[in-house]
Amino acid sequence: MKTIPVERAAALIPDGGSLMIGGFMGIGTPERLIDELVRQGKRNLTVIANDTAAPGRGIGKLISAGMVGRTIASHIGLNPETQQQMLAGKMVVDLVPQGTLIERIRAGGHGLGGVLTPTGVGTVVEEGKRRIDVDGKSYLLETALRADFALVNAFLADYRGNLYYALTARNFNPVIAMAADTVIVTADNIVPVGVIAPDHVVTPAALIDYLVTNP
Amino acid sequence: MEAQTIIAKRIARELQSGMLVNLGIGIPTLVANYVPDGIDVYFQSENGLIGTGPVPEDGTMHPTLTDAGGRPVSALPGACTFDSAMSFGLIRGGHVDMTVLGGLQVDAHGLLANWMIPGKMVPGMGGAMDLVTGAKRVIVAMQHTAKGKPKILDQCTLPLTSVRPVDLVVTELAVIGFPEGQATLLEKAPGVSIEDVVNATEARLAVSGTIPDMPI
Repeated sequence: MKTIPVERAAALIPDGGSLMIGGFMGIGTPERLIDELVRQGKRNLTVIANDTAAPGRGIGKLISAGMVGRTIASHIGLNPETQQQMLAGKMVVDLVPQGTLIERIRAGGHGLGGVLTPTGVGTVVEEGKRRIDVDGKSYLLETALRADFALVNAFLADYRGNLYYALTARNFNPVIAMAADTVIVTADNIVPVGVIAPDHVVTPAALIDYLVTNP
Repeated sequence: MEAQTIIAKRIARELQSGMLVNLGIGIPTLVANYVPDGIDVYFQSENGLIGTGPVPEDGTMHPTLTDAGGRPVSALPGACTFDSAMSFGLIRGGHVDMTVLGGLQVDAHGLLANWMIPGKMVPGMGGAMDLVTGAKRVIVAMQHTAKGKPKILDQCTLPLTSVRPVDLVVTELAVIGFPEGQATLLEKAPGVSIEDVVNATEARLAVSGTIPDMPI
């Protein structure tokens, strides 16, 4: 694990890269990394996240800046710019049921090829997918998702990179930290090793590649 | 009484102590305002919280304590938080006893469409498909008609949310169930006639015996 300033962390991400980004309507999103990506003017990113927040907030800033070529998300209803760019053909949006999205990411991080879920059977979500019956019940084969980078926000990080989250800001964060080649973390507070008790560590430091220094 | 108040009050009577309950956005959210005295339920917010409490007073809001719409909520004593995989494991795994969701259309067999209007409204399904597929009991809270047109139809014209039928539809006019897969009038709102309900419903409604008034 390396500790680096936000400018260098964002510079690791190339144009065209795929990013899993934590957060649920912007809560638990690594806002400082997002701001720096916008400042550096990245292009054609693929974003995998629960939602695209709202204009001016979290992932919504990447959308507004026209930096996203493809989004895989469960909900875009609170960001009209995402819908406009999708309908205008400027951005590809894959809508995935939320429980399926998080399980596909979990599968990607846990070495599984995919998961079988009953969600979406018999709906438009089934199009192009394999239906598999197990013990008389139908499931869809939903394949695993991984990304080049996971951008994670935690409430506490210790100097080794162990992470602890706050309330509803946890959401996708610990799951995406397992599913990307490079994991970059911002933390609201960076604390000495030992402050987060072993039983309270949610994401082990061994998963973290870069911890962004606080100003 | 306003339509949405009638709906929320009636659905609140379905709550039983100890239930884990997920409320959708809109009318379903109002159900939490009418929990009957002596009933103690766990409300889940799918962004990762069990023990969701009322909207906090000014000055007591916390930026990382929010509902599934990203708005501030409170957490009741004994609340707990978890990640999204756990949250949807609870939903899909049958651990949620009851979910209340809004509806655009419901068909004669209880199939629900509530997540998109092609070409007009494409917000994404969020957690709706998982909730309808996985919750033990699914209740739809919606107005009986939209701009005078029935929402309970022979067949949904909008994309379905799930092929699992819902258990109950509660509107400002009636409570409709689906025993043996057929839309059946169970209760009507006070002051509403059976004819009123039938006329506002496209799907054929099974009606037998006297239909009681909704207890609200």
